[in-house]
Amino acid sequence: MQGDISKGFQDFSRKGDIMKRKTRLALFGLLCLLGLWLLVGCGKKESTSEQPTSAPTSAQPGAPATPIDPNTVASVSGAVKFEGTAPKPAKIDMSQDPACKGTNTAETLVADNGNLANVFVYVKDGLGNRAFDVPKDSVTLDQSGCRYHPHVLGVIAGQNIEIKNDDPTTHNIHPTPKDNREWNESQPPKAAPLEKSFAREEIMLPVKCNQHPWMKMYINVLKNPLYAVTGTDGKYTIKGLPPGDYTLAFVHEKLGEQDQKVTLAAKDSKTVDASFKQ
Amino acid sequence: MFYRIKESLLKAVATPYNPALHRFAVFTAAVTFLLIIAGALVTSNDAGLSVPDWPTSFGSLYKIPHLVGGVKFEHTHRMIAEFVGFLTIILTIWTWRAEPRRWMKYLGVAAVGLVIAQGILGGLTVLFYLPPAISSFHAALAQTFFCTTIAIVLFTGRRWVEEVPRIELDVRRPSLITLTLLAIFVLYVQLILGAMFRHKGMSWWPHVVNAPIIAIVLTWTAIRALSQYSKIEAVRRPAIAMLSLLIAQLCLGFVAFETRVVWGHDAAQPELPMVISTVAHVAVGALLLATAVILAIQVWRHVPIVFEERVPTGERKPVAA
Repeated sequence: MQGDISKGFQDFSRKGDIMKRKTRLALFGLLCLLGLWLLVGCGKKESTSEQPTSAPTSAQPGAPATPIDPNTVASVSGAVKFEGTAPKPAKIDMSQDPACKGTNTAETLVADNGNLANVFVYVKDGLGNRAFDVPKDSVTLDQSGCRYHPHVLGVIAGQNIEIKNDDPTTHNIHPTPKDNREWNESQPPKAAPLEKSFAREEIMLPVKCNQHPWMKMYINVLKNPLYAVTGTDGKYTIKGLPPGDYTLAFVHEKLGEQDQKVTLAAKDSKTVDASFKQ
Repeated sequence: MFYRIKESLLKAVATPYNPALHRFAVFTAAVTFLLIIAGALVTSNDAGLSVPDWPTSFGSLYKIPHLVGGVKFEHTHRMIAEFVGFLTIILTIWTWRAEPRRWMKYLGVAAVGLVIAQGILGGLTVLFYLPPAISSFHAALAQTFFCTTIAIVLFTGRRWVEEVPRIELDVRRPSLITLTLLAIFVLYVQLILGAMFRHKGMSWWPHVVNAPIIAIVLTWTAIRALSQYSKIEAVRRPAIAMLSLLIAQLCLGFVAFETRVVWGHDAAQPELPMVISTVAHVAVGALLLATAVILAIQVWRHVPIVFEERVPTGERKPVAA
């Protein structure tokens, strides 16, 4: 019996050692999991769409507007083409919300007869430290037919954006910026327009509606009004440029960015075309 | 001597089978599985922020909004989640009152703690606009909670409570319990990698690269269990289930990869094949993890490495013959 008890205590001691080893192993496993968690937690968000990475040249914030002589201003215009055969726009299935009626197609790439629409054209470089007033007028972003109108929008930093809902259903407006503050607000039918603005420059800032996942558009925030968006004819015009050497950027949500140099003399009117291909 | 201790320990003689509690635990686990599917539908339909506020929905705690578009998925997920929270609270109270096993009471409390944490995490995903780390944590904790409910189902079951477990000592190395724990570990890593990909926190390739590792570890575990302990039904059944689910999950993973990464990366909206395949991949993944947990528990019970290692603290008094 005595021997049994002694053996029992020896076993007990061994059991203690084994339990300690198990505890250490369990702790090590937990630490490994925690480490993995931290590792993936520190990973950056992966962007799945082709987007421009270069930031536009900014005017000095808060600086008084630099006067521009209206008698010397020049303009630049042109057309943006799509080379090759454009893919047929994908049809959107809006059946998940009966209030979204009509036909709808994806606006990712709109190229009618080779004319590329929804290209944002802006002065990327050449304005130096010129400052511009923030317009008091709002720009309008409308939700109608469960689509955004326009699909690509330009706005000056701090300028008011009036967001309307003309649909008989609730939308939520959810910008997902890199440099500005993210927000997400719902807007029921017939609700008062939302008044929003963005403080910092940002090109192709995505906006989406999580209730209708096909609804996507892009807002471009600049510190100057020297920008344009190509229409369905692929054409654009930028007026009011002071004489100088400029870099024009052509940005498309899917096809990326192209830059072109242009020199404008006083009262000049130049043509700068661009073309994209897939 | 030791076999007597072991027998009294594992038979849990003082625990009567409580069929009502067991059925309620089964119901809670089933609704939790539905909740995982509902959550996967939210992510696959990109509807996570269609209800922009939390804990209210469009400003109300009780009013059901018009269930169209993304709101249909998000609000349904919230309603099922509230129901699961309610069921878990009842289960915890019931377990606390009816269960003679102290560790079962604590397991019930752990379940309610997990469901509360999960609810808060779900709210944080809304308030912080789906940050990948928090969203992935939410996804991983969902399956952890599901495994907890499955464990409660197992521990309240008639077999667990009433049967005298058939014991076979494990002399091979690595031991079967080590393999089952390794299987749970690699599955959990895979769960985190998959969640991070789904929530745009990392690329798809770590999840895909880890898949063959999962396949090797789980196959090794299942084959070891089936080749050596097939006579123990409690081990054989989860081992077969794990192997079957693994095959299904690998096929679903391939389809989900094709529909989402290959065909769907440029889609204008979430398309039905992508939604079905990714949701099924999440659901089967949850079942696979739960099966691995069941297998580990049953191996722990039926296939000890050496008996002495499995004596719990309260039973450490050496017994004289």
